[in-house]
Amino acid sequence: MERNIAMIALFTALIVALGLVPKLTLGFGVPITAQSLGVMLCGTILGARRGALAAFLFLLLLAVGLPVLAGGRGGLGVFVSSSGGFLIGWPVAAFVTGWITEKWRSPALAVVAGVASVIGGIVVLYIFGIVGLSIALDKTALQSAALVTAFIPGDLLKAGIAGLLTSAIYKARPNSVLSRTIPQRNSQIDLHKQ
Amino acid sequence: MICLTCPVNTRAHSWPAGAKLFALCVFTLALFYIQSVAIHIGILAVTAALYALPGKVFLKSGLSQLRILWPFVLVIGVWHTFTGEYYEGTVITLRLLSAVAAANLVTMTSRLSEMIEVVRILSSPLRRLGLQSQSMEIAFALVIRMIPVLVQKGQIIAESWRVRTRRRLGWRILLPFALVALDDAEHVAEALKARGGLSTTSKGN
Repeated sequence: MERNIAMIALFTALIVALGLVPKLTLGFGVPITAQSLGVMLCGTILGARRGALAAFLFLLLLAVGLPVLAGGRGGLGVFVSSSGGFLIGWPVAAFVTGWITEKWRSPALAVVAGVASVIGGIVVLYIFGIVGLSIALDKTALQSAALVTAFIPGDLLKAGIAGLLTSAIYKARPNSVLSRTIPQRNSQIDLHKQ
Repeated sequence: MICLTCPVNTRAHSWPAGAKLFALCVFTLALFYIQSVAIHIGILAVTAALYALPGKVFLKSGLSQLRILWPFVLVIGVWHTFTGEYYEGTVITLRLLSAVAAANLVTMTSRLSEMIEVVRILSSPLRRLGLQSQSMEIAFALVIRMIPVLVQKGQIIAESWRVRTRRRLGWRILLPFALVALDDAEHVAEALKARGGLSTTSKGN
């Protein structure tokens, strides 16, 4: 229990800290921030439920008015701005990423975590982001999708980093990668009851 | 902790945060049903007046929060000039500006403690479903404690990288950073446990 809360709080703080990393600018001029890498790592390391909780906790901090987004942004305004859909999608993205990492165990962890990050952190997240964009800007889903394609190369790069990083962390601290250390949720509950 | 609440005191600071949030929800929803440019200009003018009322400092810090919107205004502008739908483009831009401006207004006039109280009240029905809002509050405090710790540890690792090489800092420092952070979380968990831990009636979260 204490460990879960400390880990969830750590990953929420990690998303905030990654927002302070200076923006990388891709070759063709699209800036990418590291915060969505944090969301992917929430899933690949914490697993589905805890990962989603960490991302949700971040949204709570944002909503109560802390400047936790990249560039010191925050407050309620960001939820109704055009990128609000992406934010609301973060907990779901972390959940899906974590779920895949927990369940799919045959290939190497770097591959699993990388693929999970692409599916959760890109496919699922972009669905939310595109819906949010099309509501805020009154565009069709296809038109909104065209607006965000520029960010895909950066996000693929982040998914790759998330995969490699997760597997490296697993080698160094196998017990800290909660998505892999606890095989099933039930066994964890049993441990607590004893 | 730095917070986006504006230090300039306004009358709205004393209004209950819950009421302001509810009004904001209604306002944002209503914005999506208004299709007339004239009404949207009126709404934006009223919002701007609200920003200007408490004085220059308030107006300035409010406007700096809105600067994040200009890329979107630009995209919409170019898009609608291209398609020739000027009227729609204007409505969308005005609506986006008013919605974000109004939401920031609530953030600027509500204290952090009041907003946390609203979160606590809203999450109380979930307590009956088994979610422990007490652990959520502890997590809240832990995050606020961990942010500066992480930043400091990141700086130390970045410095030690610079001492060893002239190459630019890259993603390679992420691994040592993550390991240091994970170890810190394990220590925090142990410390929490050593101080009696969280409620013993835990449902195995």
